[in-house]
Amino acid sequence: MDFWNTLRLALRALARNKLRSALTMLGIIIGVGAVIATVSIGQGAEYLVQQGIQSMGTNAVFIAAGSGRPGGARLGSWAVKTLTIDDMNAILREVSLIREAAPAVVSRVQVVYQNQNWNTGITGTAPNYFRIRSWPVQAGSIFGQDEVDSAANVCLLGTTVARILFGDEDPVGKQIRIGQLPFRVVGVLESKGQSVMGDDQDDRIFAPYTTVQRKISGITWIQFINASAVSREASNAAVAPITALLRERHHIRPGEDDDFFVRTQSDVADLADQTQRVMTLLLGSIASVSLIVGGIGIMNIMLVSVTERTREIGVRMAVGATESDVQQQFLVEAVTLSMAGGLLGIGVGLIGSALISNFLAWPTLISVKAIIAAAIFSAAVGIFFGFYPARKAAQLDPIEALRYE
Amino acid sequence: MDEQATATEEPSTQAHSDAALIRLEGVHKIYDLGEVQVHALRGVSLEILAGEFVAVMGASGSGKSTLMNILGCLDRPTRGHYYLDGTDVSQFSKVELARIRNRKLGFVFQQFNLLARTSALENVELPTIYAGITPQEREQRARESLARVGLAGRAHHFPSQLSGGQQQRVAIARALVNRPTILLADEPTGNLDSRTSVEIMDILQRLNEEEGLTVVLVTHEQDIAQYAKRALDFRDGKLRRDTPVRDRLIAREVLPTLPSLQDDDAAGDT
Repeated sequence: MDFWNTLRLALRALARNKLRSALTMLGIIIGVGAVIATVSIGQGAEYLVQQGIQSMGTNAVFIAAGSGRPGGARLGSWAVKTLTIDDMNAILREVSLIREAAPAVVSRVQVVYQNQNWNTGITGTAPNYFRIRSWPVQAGSIFGQDEVDSAANVCLLGTTVARILFGDEDPVGKQIRIGQLPFRVVGVLESKGQSVMGDDQDDRIFAPYTTVQRKISGITWIQFINASAVSREASNAAVAPITALLRERHHIRPGEDDDFFVRTQSDVADLADQTQRVMTLLLGSIASVSLIVGGIGIMNIMLVSVTERTREIGVRMAVGATESDVQQQFLVEAVTLSMAGGLLGIGVGLIGSALISNFLAWPTLISVKAIIAAAIFSAAVGIFFGFYPARKAAQLDPIEALRYE
Repeated sequence: MDEQATATEEPSTQAHSDAALIRLEGVHKIYDLGEVQVHALRGVSLEILAGEFVAVMGASGSGKSTLMNILGCLDRPTRGHYYLDGTDVSQFSKVELARIRNRKLGFVFQQFNLLARTSALENVELPTIYAGITPQEREQRARESLARVGLAGRAHHFPSQLSGGQQQRVAIARALVNRPTILLADEPTGNLDSRTSVEIMDILQRLNEEEGLTVVLVTHEQDIAQYAKRALDFRDGKLRRDTPVRDRLIAREVLPTLPSLQDDDAAGDT
């Protein structure tokens, strides 16, 4: 018996019990649909993370003041005062893998423009910070080195701050108040969206680090160094020399903890990868469970079907069907059930992820790999769980089968 | 036709070929039911020639069903030989037996055994699916076969829309579709009223006489066996009597004498 005939036969048999076939397929539909939807959500999440990593600048090396313990008591992150602009210059001078670096000091401030006011973060930094983070201005310009040297009262606004304080007005050249001090707005940055951690990167003001150090925070040290290595590989390779240099400069004895952190983008990417792997594994196991449950459903229905159609099997054998003809027929039926379920499930998954995209504003990426895997897996489920009932049908004794009531 | 009808009085002399179509030699069938062994056939030897119309008679437990299963290649003898068309099929594999059932044998059952919710045409097509012929030829053959039993107009009816007699005729058409050499009918009239029974016997007699089809009919009804040419009586797993049928009934002649029933459908189809 040729394949098309068998397929036609299988479709006919399944069409005869439409409700039953549909309910049987439901397990597979839900399983596959869940896989497709969750994988595309997961891929959307990965995309967000990747974008976040990109937004922090390529080849980035991030150095943060850490939680040293001067005098035994541990201080919180960023609290140590040992990271200085001299450290940064030393790194630039001595670690050839690092191309450039920008310092950062942060604080919370109240900003006021006319009758609008807003509490936001301020980052004091140098002009090259924006190049390292590949973050251009959309209006005005970035403050210059002169203004850093003179600790001038100039600032750049993130788009969120600009919108809240100025609305439709053009902020460039306007005077705002940060704390008690008047600042001139020199530019507005491009929107950068959410960070990997989920906070709004545009809700921030930037000023020369000298200004923030002296006039806002009243400190002499810095909290972060945003450095850029000569290449992606170099960013990892630079971690060890930077660590060694800073330990030496900070007089940290062997065995003592670092009072700083060095992070690279690949650390973050690795972390994201790991999270992704765990998530994929989790989704995969949930999906396999539901597909196995679906498969058992198929097996159950196929067994019922074999029993119900015992006479039919007997007749087929009497008119010349061989064991393998009968086995093939029932196997194709099971695989048709599971694959139809798989295809419908793919449709359901695609629709589901489209809905999630729309209503939860969460990017979803359709994974072709997941779709192919789901299709193959559902066929495999059909073969695996259809085999036993098909075997049972094929091994019926035609005489008994014909007599079956 | 009259010639043939009279010639059937002496079936053993009617054979034109000396090679028997069916030859059983000392066939035993023992069912091993674990604790007990059932000796269903105890050394049956017989010959059936091409073109014969044989009735196999016997009470239940006589072994006639077992004989039918062996003749139909649905089962194999425990001992002994079964030569079908000159070939010893008694030790054939299941696949080989399936092929023989498909090509050489046609089955008609008491329960009709048509596939439900499947049109008459598709039911008739069933054996052709396993014969490896093209779909066009399959349908053509099925239509021809239906026409031979007078049901050309009912090709797309489902079994549930057909009367018992019509269903049995579809079953006969199905048995004929692969042009078998032997038609095996197991109590074909067991579920039919007397007039319809005679109609079925009419079809079998016509196939036998007009087309030379060998018919083996299992029945326990004496009056049905009267339509055959030769009667084999079985008792306790043995062939007890092998006699030509005396006063053979011809269905075509019997039919006009029977009262027409309301559900009779023959007129509409033929």
